[in-house]
Order: sequence, then structure tokens, then C-alpha cells
Amino acid sequence: METIKLTIDNRAVEVPRGTTINKAARLLGIEIPVLCYMELKDMNIENKPAGCRICVVEVEGRRNLAPSCATNCEEGMIVRTHTTRVLNARRTVMEFILSDHPKDCLICAKSGNCELQSMAHKLGIREIPGQEIAAMSTYRLDTSPSIIRDLDKCIMCRRCEMMCNEIQTVGALSAVNRGFMAAVAPAFEQNLEHSTCTYCGQCVAVCPTGALTEVDHTPDVLRALADPSKTVIVQTAPAVRAALGEEFGMEPGTLVTGKMVSALRALGFDYVFDTDFAADLTIMEEGTELLDRLNRHLSGDKSARLPILTSCCPGWVNFFEYYFPDLKEVPSTAKSPQQMFGAIAKTYFADKIKVNRKDLVVVSIMPCLAKKYECQREEFSTDNNRDVDFSISTRELAAFIKQANIDLNNLEEDDFDAPLGESTGAGVIFGATGGVIEAAVRTAYELQTGKKLDRLDFTELRGLEGVREATIDFDGLPVRIGIAHGLGNARKLLDDVRSGKSQFHAIEVMACPGGCIGGGGQPLHHGNSEIIKARAAAIYAEDKKKPLRKSHENPFIIKLYEEFLDRPNSEKAHHLLHTHYFERKKKIVVKQ
Amino acid sequence: MSSIKIELRQEDIEKIREICSSFNKDPQELINILHKCQEHFGYLPAEVQEVVSNELDVPVAKIYGVVTFYSFFTMTPKGRHPISICMGTACYVRGAEKVLDEFKKELNLQVGQTTTDGKFSLSSLRCVGACGLAPVVLVGDKTYGRVAPDDVRNILREYE
Repeated sequence: METIKLTIDNRAVEVPRGTTINKAARLLGIEIPVLCYMELKDMNIENKPAGCRICVVEVEGRRNLAPSCATNCEEGMIVRTHTTRVLNARRTVMEFILSDHPKDCLICAKSGNCELQSMAHKLGIREIPGQEIAAMSTYRLDTSPSIIRDLDKCIMCRRCEMMCNEIQTVGALSAVNRGFMAAVAPAFEQNLEHSTCTYCGQCVAVCPTGALTEVDHTPDVLRALADPSKTVIVQTAPAVRAALGEEFGMEPGTLVTGKMVSALRALGFDYVFDTDFAADLTIMEEGTELLDRLNRHLSGDKSARLPILTSCCPGWVNFFEYYFPDLKEVPSTAKSPQQMFGAIAKTYFADKIKVNRKDLVVVSIMPCLAKKYECQREEFSTDNNRDVDFSISTRELAAFIKQANIDLNNLEEDDFDAPLGESTGAGVIFGATGGVIEAAVRTAYELQTGKKLDRLDFTELRGLEGVREATIDFDGLPVRIGIAHGLGNARKLLDDVRSGKSQFHAIEVMACPGGCIGGGGQPLHHGNSEIIKARAAAIYAEDKKKPLRKSHENPFIIKLYEEFLDRPNSEKAHHLLHTHYFERKKKIVVKQ
Repeated sequence: MSSIKIELRQEDIEKIREICSSFNKDPQELINILHKCQEHFGYLPAEVQEVVSNELDVPVAKIYGVVTFYSFFTMTPKGRHPISICMGTACYVRGAEKVLDEFKKELNLQVGQTTTDGKFSLSSLRCVGACGLAPVVLVGDKTYGRVAPDDVRNILREYE
């Protein structure tokens, strides 16, 4: 590879051609501050509009300052990152940004986790010249079921626009207007609710300020916990345990399953259950559906459509309802684990503990913002009573625990309650890309062949490659599997399904890069993809140490079918655990 | 943002499709396509943008971004008698701004707006090449030269 030699702050460095000054400086341990720039390394995610100009440096022989994030190194370049001119420019840029930014840090949802706030602190900004005469651009607040847009706090870094368009190909957000009124907004500046937004939350996950935040349901949860007439139960998604510790200063990838259970019990939940249980249940339903369609297809039944698509991810469901309504019969009809849990909790479990469903409050802890929307979908209610009442994110749970003076670090480890807290390793890996289909393979293989699997780690299904494919040998029957994470990658596979080119029998899709571990409700990664990788490793480590690792071996799942559901895909199972999809496009109308 | 909601007729939709096809539905030609659409409709209402979005497979948010970025594009329909005041150098130094102010006052309009009855719209433009007549006002195809603020009321009266 061709390399280039240059000096940065009087130190020599050699880098491959095409390296930016900013990256070259990092190799020397020089952290040139960046604000709009963001990169998730190894995940093909980079935001480089060179818009904020915080990262400028002086290049000898160049008239103006260069944005280090977008200027490539050249042979013999002499770069200085902290001359008086650079420091003054950086400060002025920051002052300009802050002059049009609210100063309500004390009560901002992002306070303490805000990159703009950190930058102001780092640069030691103590006053904003001209503040008393400067007007502020103001926008109306937009609250959707999942996401709040407060554009007064937008600094036009355009990370959200990049995620929404380039990575997710959702196209809900775009830079609109110019100058002072510039903003990132849906078409015609409608509310997010009337746009193509899937609520995947990736815009929130990358927003450096408080411009994009989630709708906080913690107050509702608190109210339910304080109401003596309510029995409040909680379910925790697999990805939460692999990330919650980060909010308490633990290393990324620290599993806090037991401590999380203790914390939830201390918060006053009557039963602490696990969405992993419902993930095992999902595998029973979805796996059975897969085998049914596959076997019918192999025997020549033309009505059995393949591939089957997973349907656990509500962002993904929203996406295909909008962009691929013609394929809405293709995904599995199985509800997501969150909703399966709610449906079972408010029937089977409510009967068991003799509580009316109206007095049973189901709370979910999710790495996801789309889950907030999903639990509000009409079809997931009975008599105006939701199956899952409230969904709060990993971040909201962390804040809740802190407000209750609970130190997660010093808690004893505890176990989930029975019966809806028991799960297998297959349920755990639902949190990472490839995990749902791996869990499905473990069960479908054994159900199809009647033989025991001799290996349970299907490493060919794991990893961070955006689109992956593998063929699993079902004892002579090759089952072709596709995996996509990130909606843009999913779109590629869906286009093939639409055109009839797809050769897959089953496809797993997760809307968020990395899967749920990289969800929009997780602790913020601030552009560090190592955090997402560490979470994935934690998920697979938890799977490995589980005594049971196949969903159909979960004794409480077996019991649930014996006592209540009869068998997978039974009439009762269909009624409670399956759903159908809608065309969303016609619901989106021009509202002015 | 426009407050007027329109319904496109089938022939309008066909026209937009025709324009998009004449540029091979190439998203790179978006600006040219929008120019042609505005030429045809006089403005670019949301409904037109949505059809273009479908034709080019470009998110409508992106199209709206382009429409709101370039000041030539407008989402407000022009009036039946579009009024343009030249603000080019020659007209400007001979008092075009005072003339513009008078139109604003008389019509109770800002530049870029249209009266609620759809009769007049107000815009400013740069040099129509009739500097000898400065300041110049155009109403539709008709040109008025050496306009003084006092003439404004009489000009408007011609269109009653």
C-alpha cells in the first residue's frame, strides 16, 4: 500500500494514502476534537459533512484552516493542531454554535451525556459574545410515540440524516430550508408520526445533543408501582443486560443480568421476568411456521411462500409495511417477543395469580425505541388494555435505578422469577444480529430431523458484516439463510425477494446496526463500535454458560404448551401469539 | 410552507411523469425536473413533490429539502396577476424599494406571498434589461416604467 509521510505537531507519522489528518493524528495519540464527525469503525458508518469546523487545523502553505476530518494527508504536509489561530477559530466556531443553542442544560434530557456540552466544557467556553442581541431560531416541538424532536437544540451535524438515509434508507429526515431556519426534518416539516419514520431510533442513538430524544415512560411506570391496586411485572430484553452496566461505569460487555434483576426487585416490581422466555416462545412459533412453510414448499405447494422473514423487530416491521406492503404476507406472523410476553402475561399468568388484566401492568425494558410504538399498536390491546403497558429503554432504566439511590455495582446477583423468567441460551442471543435465526436453527433442526445437534455454536451466522448468508445442513437438506442488520441492508435482501431472485429459505432482519445490542434505546456509543462488539461478545458468553441452549428444551415453555397453548401454531397460539401486517403508505398523507 | 391543499388531476400526474421520463427518471436531474414542474404548475405544491418522489424513488423529504434550499423554487402558487418589482442596481438606486414597500402596504403582503383571493402575488427580481425605464414593475406580461410609490394604487386598480 502506498504510504505518505507527514508531520503533525512536529512529530513524524506515516499513513496509507487516503487517510485523513484527523485519523493520522489519532495514530500519534493526538485527539483533535470533532463534533459533527462520527464513525462506527468496521460497520461502514461514517458521518463526514465537514460542517461544524470544530476540527480545523493549520496546514503549512495553505491559506485557510483545514477541517481535519475531511482533509486527506499529503506527502510532506506540516500540520499544527493547536496554534493560536486554530484555537481561536475553534473557540469562535463553538461560540457561534452556542449562540443559537438553548442554555437549559440543567433540565435537558441529554445533560451529562451531551457531546456539545462536553465540547463547551473542553474548550472552556465561559461567555458567548453578542448573546444579548442574537436572535434564536425556534421550532415547534414534535412528539411521536417513540421519539421527540426538539430542533432548537439541533446543531446541523446531520448525523441523524446520514443514519436515516444512507444506513437505514428510510428517508424520513432531510436537511431543509437554509441559513438560520435550516433544520433536519421530515418532508413538509410534518411531524415524524406522519412521515416514513420506523422509530428505529438510530437518529437518537447518534444525536450529539438533546435535539432527538426518546419519549420517557418512567413516570408512568413509577405511578403504576405506587398504586397498591396494581400488580406490576417487568420483562427485560436480552440486549439490556449486556449494556446496562455501562451507565454505571462498568466496562462495555459486562453482563449485569443478576444485578439488573436485583435492581428491578428493589424498584418494587412484583415479578421480575425475562423477555428471553418469550424469545424461546417466539422460536417455537416462528420455527414451527418455518418448517411448515419449508416442508409444504418442498412438497410442491405453491401457496407456501419462501423465504420466511423474522418479525421480532418492530422497526423492521414498520419498514416493510411502508416500503414493501406487497410482501406483507412473507414475514412470519409470529409477534415479537415483547408482545408474546404481554399476551401470555395478561392471559395465562394473570389467571394463574388471579389478577384481572386491568390490574396487571406489564412493563418492558428494551434496548429499542420502536418498542414504545409497538406496544401502542391497536392490535396489541384487548378492551383498550394494552398487552404491554409501558416500554422503557435501557437508558431510562439506568436513570430510574440511579434516582432510586440504587448502586448497581454493589448489588447481589439474583434470579428471575418463574415461570416467565426462565430462558435458554437461544433466547439470550436474540439480542445480536444473527441470533434469532441461530436460535431458530437450533430448534428447527432438531424438530425437522428428529436428531440431536452435535454443535450449538453456528459461528457462520454471527458477525458484523451487513449482509451475511450461510447454508445449514439439515441432515441432507440444505437450508439457505440470509441475515441483514441495518434497514438499508435489509432492503437489498427484500428487493431480491420482490424480484423473485432470492434463493433463501429464511431471512433474519434487525433494523439496528449490530442488532438490538446497537438499538436506539441503548447507552450511547458516541461513535465507538468497540462497545457494540463487546456487547455482542457478552450475549454469546451468556448463551454459552446457560445449562439449556435450545428453546424447545425450556421446561417452562413445554409446560406452557401443556397447560395452556396445546401446541405451536395451535388455534389458541395463533390467536394470542400471531399477528398480521398493514400497508402503511396510504396512512401517510400530506398534512399541512 | 403552503397552506393550500390541492388535489392533482390525472392529467397533472401524467404531466409530472412525462417530465420525469424525459430526464430518464434520473435522481441526478432532480433540480432540472423541479424546474420543469414549476414551469408547468407555476409552483411546487407538496402533491407534485410526492409524485416526483415516487417517480425518481427519492425520499420526498430530500425533495422538500431541495425545494426549500433554492429560493427560485416556491411552494406558494403565483397570483393570477403576478407582480414583480425589479431590484436590480439601476431600479434600486432610483427608488424600487419604496415602490416595493408601497405594494406590500397596499396588498398587505410580503415578498413570496399571494393574496388569499389568489389575485396578486408579490416577488422581486433582478434586472429585466429595461434600466432606462427604472424603476420597473411587471404585472404578468405588462411592463410599467418609471414607477413611483404614488403610482402603485393606480396600477392595482387596472386589475379590478
